[in-house]
Amino acid sequence: MSVATQEATPAAAKPAKKKSKRGLEHRPGLNRWLPYLLLAPAVLAELLIHIIPMIVGIWMSFVKLTKFFISNWSAAPSAGLGNYKVALDFNNAVGEGLLKSFGVTVVFSLVTVGLSWVLGMAAAVALQPPFRGRGLLRTMFLVPYALPAYAGILTWNFMLQRDTGAVNHVLEQLHLSDGTTFWLIGGNALVSLIVVATWKLWTFAFLTLMAGLQSIPGDLYEAASVDGAGNIRQWRNITLPSLRPVNLVLVLVLFLWTFSDFNTPYVLFGTAQPPAGDLITFHIYNASFLTWNFGTGAAMSVLLLIFLMIVTGIYLFVTGRRSRRA
Amino acid sequence: MRLRSLVAAVAVSALGISLAACGGSDSGDSSGGGGGDATLTYWASNQGTSLDNDKQVLTPVLEKFTQETGVKVNLEVIGWNDLQTRIQTAITSGQAPDVVNIGNTWAASLQATDAFLPFDGDAMTAIGGKDKFVPTALATGGKEGTDPTSVPLYGLAYGLYYNKAMFAAAGLQPPKTWEEMVTAAQKLTVPAKKQWGMALAAGSYTENVHFAFINAAQNKADWFDADGKPTFTGDGNVQGVLRYLDLMQKDKVANPSNAQYDNGTKSVNDFATKKVAMVINQNNADSSIVANGMKAGEYGVVPFPSPSGGEQVASHVAGINLSVFKNTKNKDAALKFVKYMTDAQTQTTLGKPFSSLPVLKDAKPVFTTDAAEAATFQDVYNTKSKPLPLVPAEDQFESTVGKAMNSMFAKIATGGTVTADEVKAALQTAQDQVAASS
Repeated sequence: MSVATQEATPAAAKPAKKKSKRGLEHRPGLNRWLPYLLLAPAVLAELLIHIIPMIVGIWMSFVKLTKFFISNWSAAPSAGLGNYKVALDFNNAVGEGLLKSFGVTVVFSLVTVGLSWVLGMAAAVALQPPFRGRGLLRTMFLVPYALPAYAGILTWNFMLQRDTGAVNHVLEQLHLSDGTTFWLIGGNALVSLIVVATWKLWTFAFLTLMAGLQSIPGDLYEAASVDGAGNIRQWRNITLPSLRPVNLVLVLVLFLWTFSDFNTPYVLFGTAQPPAGDLITFHIYNASFLTWNFGTGAAMSVLLLIFLMIVTGIYLFVTGRRSRRA
Repeated sequence: MRLRSLVAAVAVSALGISLAACGGSDSGDSSGGGGGDATLTYWASNQGTSLDNDKQVLTPVLEKFTQETGVKVNLEVIGWNDLQTRIQTAITSGQAPDVVNIGNTWAASLQATDAFLPFDGDAMTAIGGKDKFVPTALATGGKEGTDPTSVPLYGLAYGLYYNKAMFAAAGLQPPKTWEEMVTAAQKLTVPAKKQWGMALAAGSYTENVHFAFINAAQNKADWFDADGKPTFTGDGNVQGVLRYLDLMQKDKVANPSNAQYDNGTKSVNDFATKKVAMVINQNNADSSIVANGMKAGEYGVVPFPSPSGGEQVASHVAGINLSVFKNTKNKDAALKFVKYMTDAQTQTTLGKPFSSLPVLKDAKPVFTTDAAEAATFQDVYNTKSKPLPLVPAEDQFESTVGKAMNSMFAKIATGGTVTADEVKAALQTAQDQVAASS
C-alpha cells in the first residue's frame, strides 16, 4: 500500500512542476498553487504515516525509555549512545543475540529470495507459450498471493505440527521418515520458515516476471531460432537481458520485504519462537515489548534501517554504473 | 535514469515500513477514557472457559453493582495473549480504563511504571481495609515496603493432578516426594499404549518460568538478591531447572512433543483425555478437565512435591489482582468497585465459575465439590506458596528464563542433551539480558 503512495509521489511531481510553470505565464493565482493543493493530502498522509513515526523512533533510540518512563515519555532521561552501545556490544548477551539474529536473517533472506526468483522465473517461462489450461495454471499459482497471510501461515503451522501435522504424516506414509520430526522447534525451524516464506513470496516474482515477458517482441525469438539458438541460449541471450530492468526492481523489493518479514515468524511460531527462526524484526519486537525496553528496541530498528540503506545504496550504485556502461 | 529513480522510490518506501512499524505501534488505539461521572471502564481478564463465558458470568454481577451504587460499568474481557500489550499501550498513551485485572506476577513491574493508584491508607480503607485479605495474597500487590498498586481478586495455586484409575491399576499411592512422583510416572509411561506419565507445557515460557521458580525455591534458591539484582546462576537455581528438564531428558516420563505445547491448556487436555497419568497445573484446570469429559471423582490432587529434604514449596502465589489507573476521573467510583469485587459475597459468586480460591481470610473455596481437593489447594495457597520475586525486573525474569527453558526443552526433544553447565550458561545469558535493560 505504502509502496504505491511512494512510487506515485515523484512521478506525479514532475509533470506537475512543468504545468505550474506554464500556468505562471498565463494565469497566476489559483493555478500556481493547484499542484501543491492536489499533492497536499499525499504529503500529509506520508508525514503522518511514515516520517513522523520514523522521527519518533529515532528519538526513542536516544532515550532510556523503559517501563519506569512509559507513562510519562517526556521524563525519560537521555541515554546518549547508550542504547546503541548495548545493541552493538557483541560480548554482551543483548548484542550477541542481535548478531545471531542478524546472521539468521541474512541466510533466510538470501535463500528465500533466491528460491523465489528461480521458481518465479521457471514458472513464468514455462507458462509463456500458449497451451490449453494455461490460464487455469496461472490463476492457481497466484492463490498463495491472494490468500490472507495469516490464514496461509496458520495452515502451515497446523501442517508442520509433529504429532498431528500433515507433513509428517505424508513423509511417514512414503517411508521417508518415521514421522516424528520436529519442524517448528530446533534446527528444522529455519527450513520451515524458508519454505513458508518462499511459498508466500514466489508468486509475486512469478507475476512480475510474467508481466515482463509479455513486453519482449516475439520476432527476437523467431530470429534466434532461425540462427539455430536453442531454448537455453534464447533464455540467456534474449529473455534475461530483456528482463534486466524488471529484475533490478524485483530482486531489491524481494530482499527488502524478506529481510524485514515479521508476519511469517510471528504467526508460524507464536510465543515459542526457536533460536533458529529468530528473524531480526521479530527479535526487535521481543526486545521492545517483552522486556519493556523501547529505547534499545528503537536503537536496533535504526541500525536495521541504516544497514538496509547501505545495502540498497550499494545495490543502486553497482547496478546503475553497469546500466550506464551498457 | 527513470528506472533508477523508480527503484530508489520503492526502496525508500520499503525501508520506511521497517522503522515506521516500530514507532507507530506505540500510539495504539484509544478506547474508553474517563467517560461520564458515573461510568467506569473495566478490563477483565479471561478466567472462564471463553471470553463470552466471562461476559455472561460478570454481567449480572456488574448489574448488581450498578443497582447498589448507581455507577455504570463498561466491561471488556481481554484474552491473555493481548492483555499485557493492551495495558502497555494504555500506560503509554494515557488512554486507559479505570479498573483493570492484571496477572499478579506483573504487579511489581506495573507498579514501577507509576501509572497505577497506590492503595495507601485512605484508599485501602475505602475498599474495606487490608485485614480482610489473606496476607500472602495481598503481599503480591506490589514491592515489599510500599503501598501496593493492586489488590488480590482471584487466588490460584499449583497442584499435582493424578488419574485415580491409572494409579489404582498400577498399585500406586499419590506421591509425597519428587522421587515418588518420578517413580510413579515411569511406571505409568507405557509407550505401547501411547501413554505417558506426565504432560508438561514445555513450550510455554510463562509455565516454564513458574517451574523454574518453584523448583529453585524447593532448593532454597532465590532469583534476585535483597537489592533486586538477578542471581540466576546459583547452584540451587541451576539444579532446580535441570530437575524439571530431566522429567523429559533423563526420566523420560513426558512425550517429547510436549516441547511444542505453548500453553497450559494443551497439557491439561492430555490429562483430561487420559493420555497421561499426571499433570501439574493451577486449580483453574478444573473447568477444562470437566469440559473434556472427565468427572470430578476420577482425579485427585496432591501438592506438587519437593525432593526429600527440600523446602516445602509447592506453588508460587498465583492469581489475578485488581488495579486502578492513577489518571482515572472516577477515583471514588473505582474504589467502590474494587471494594465490591473483593467483598465476601462477590467472591463466593465468582469463585465457582472461575475456579478460583478465595483471597479473603475467612472464606471457603467453592470451586469444587470435592472437599479433599478444595482443602489441598487451600492448604497449598495459604501455607506452601511463595510469591514470585516482587521486583520491577520480574517481567524480564519471566521472559528471559522462560524462553531459555523453551530452547532447552526443544534441544532435548530433538535428541540433544542439556548438561548442568549448559543450564548455567543459558541462565547467565538470561541474567545478562536482565542486567542490560534495568
